[in-house]
Amino acid sequence: MSLSLTRAGFLTSVQDLGRNGFRQFGVSLGGALDVFALRVANLLAGNDESDAGLEITLGGLRMRFEDKRVIAWCGGEFDVRVGSTPLPAGHSCLLNADDELTINQPKVGCRAWLTISGGIDVPFVLGSRSTDLRANFGGLDGRALRDGDGLPLGKQSEFSRSLIDLLREQRVASWSSPAEWSSSAKTETVLRIIRGVDWSRFNDVTIQRLTRDAFVVSSDSDRMGVRFDGPELRRNDDVDLVSEAVAPGTIQVPPNGRPILLLGDCQTIGGYPKIAHVITVDLPLAAQLRAGDRVRFSEVSIADAYRFLLERERQLERFRIGLSLHDS
Amino acid sequence: MKITPLGDSALTVRVDDRFKDAPEKTLKEVLNVVRRLEDAHIPGVIELAPAYTTVGVFFDPIRVINCAVEPGSVVEWITQKICEGLAHGKRKQGGRAVARVVEVPVCYDPEFALDLDHVAQHAQMSPKEVVDLHRATDYLVNCIGFTPGFPYLAGLPEKLATPRHATPRKEIAAGSVAIGGRQSGIYPLRSPGGWNVIGRTPLRLFDPQTNPPALLRAGDRLRFQAISRQEFETWTF
Repeated sequence: MSLSLTRAGFLTSVQDLGRNGFRQFGVSLGGALDVFALRVANLLAGNDESDAGLEITLGGLRMRFEDKRVIAWCGGEFDVRVGSTPLPAGHSCLLNADDELTINQPKVGCRAWLTISGGIDVPFVLGSRSTDLRANFGGLDGRALRDGDGLPLGKQSEFSRSLIDLLREQRVASWSSPAEWSSSAKTETVLRIIRGVDWSRFNDVTIQRLTRDAFVVSSDSDRMGVRFDGPELRRNDDVDLVSEAVAPGTIQVPPNGRPILLLGDCQTIGGYPKIAHVITVDLPLAAQLRAGDRVRFSEVSIADAYRFLLERERQLERFRIGLSLHDS
Repeated sequence: MKITPLGDSALTVRVDDRFKDAPEKTLKEVLNVVRRLEDAHIPGVIELAPAYTTVGVFFDPIRVINCAVEPGSVVEWITQKICEGLAHGKRKQGGRAVARVVEVPVCYDPEFALDLDHVAQHAQMSPKEVVDLHRATDYLVNCIGFTPGFPYLAGLPEKLATPRHATPRKEIAAGSVAIGGRQSGIYPLRSPGGWNVIGRTPLRLFDPQTNPPALLRAGDRLRFQAISRQEFETWTF
């Protein structure tokens, strides 16, 4: 069974939780830029958290399914409809064969993650179904989706089947995931950061600028990183640094002084100074940034970064248990 | 050896700050750290990412916390595990520790060697002298990065060092053998790049359908072997 895309949208790709274990060969982590959103949407569809879904950038999609499926989505403020019925973020929804699902441009934010019960069943490449758009492998033929593409869907879980049964009248579930999870886009974004190893290569004025000023997202941002037009950050020294590992969340400052916040498709190593890192729980906000958005950075301790992460993980655990109670 | 956080899901183990002084010794030490940390099987560690003077240790903080670690002590806990792993690791030199020597065939045909004349001019040599010097040298793979499978090579004769282009080319063909400053490398995939291209190899340096997916890994020794255009076209693996 499959889904067919009449319109593939601006930039849509198959993504799961990413590709671990091959950094030493230069292979990026990749995966959904907001893995938490994908995990939540997968749970809502009755899937494993690690199943592959679609990462949608700026909408523009139309698709149909061959058979009954449960779907869910999380992300920016997109207008998603089944026929004429609006489908809010963070809700399980039943799609019948030949229903048309449309996803229009977001009012706020940039990306959304759509999951379908059974998951998207493309082959694993290096342990993941994620599309590596830079090296062109994984996902569907290693590329972004195009109009007319068909995608194979996997076998639905027992839970997905019982959801189909449960939703046959109301279509859209009355329960939902917490609103702050399913809708991660903000008009005024504050990203919490911890210090990077090269923090002290920047003087007090520059650090003040980093932690007080608003930074404007540049139009040449992509899945590799969010680039900022300004303000500029200048280093104290001009020591030539040796390339070393970088990670999603790392904020690099190239010689032109315009910081780059690395995202999932970033290179495995980099030689620019690392002034700071966005904490893991705030990466979903970073994944929603688009050209012209204004962002502020606020310093927290690494201990707090772990507390926030643990708290969110515990909430997800409670949500997972609550969701399983609908299986009756 | 310094260990510092790289965000909240990785640490950087710094073997040496001064890479240029003793690249080979530093690289050996980096790979030694990798082997010891592999053997240490630290709970929560996902993977290791060696570079010139460092090893990135990527981990899942939730799995660390689930080992009864307080959120406030994650960094200390994993740092201690790394130090223990480095102190107690006593794996014998063998297996991967023995450097492989990989022969890489290169065709220096003018159609592929876009910047051979430029490199020759810069080195005040003839193109043939550049090629002869380039292939008479032993190289060492320092690390893999930039794109999947891209080897950063040490050992380029100083004479051949040529600054990279101020404006990178939008597209460089897969297999292009190139010089960037004092380094040398091979582009495994068609990609943008600013290095001086002096030849092309028919070898496939990155294949996601095989495991490991890259032909080369850090620590390998590499030698270029000149092949004709005819050999390039008919190269079989």
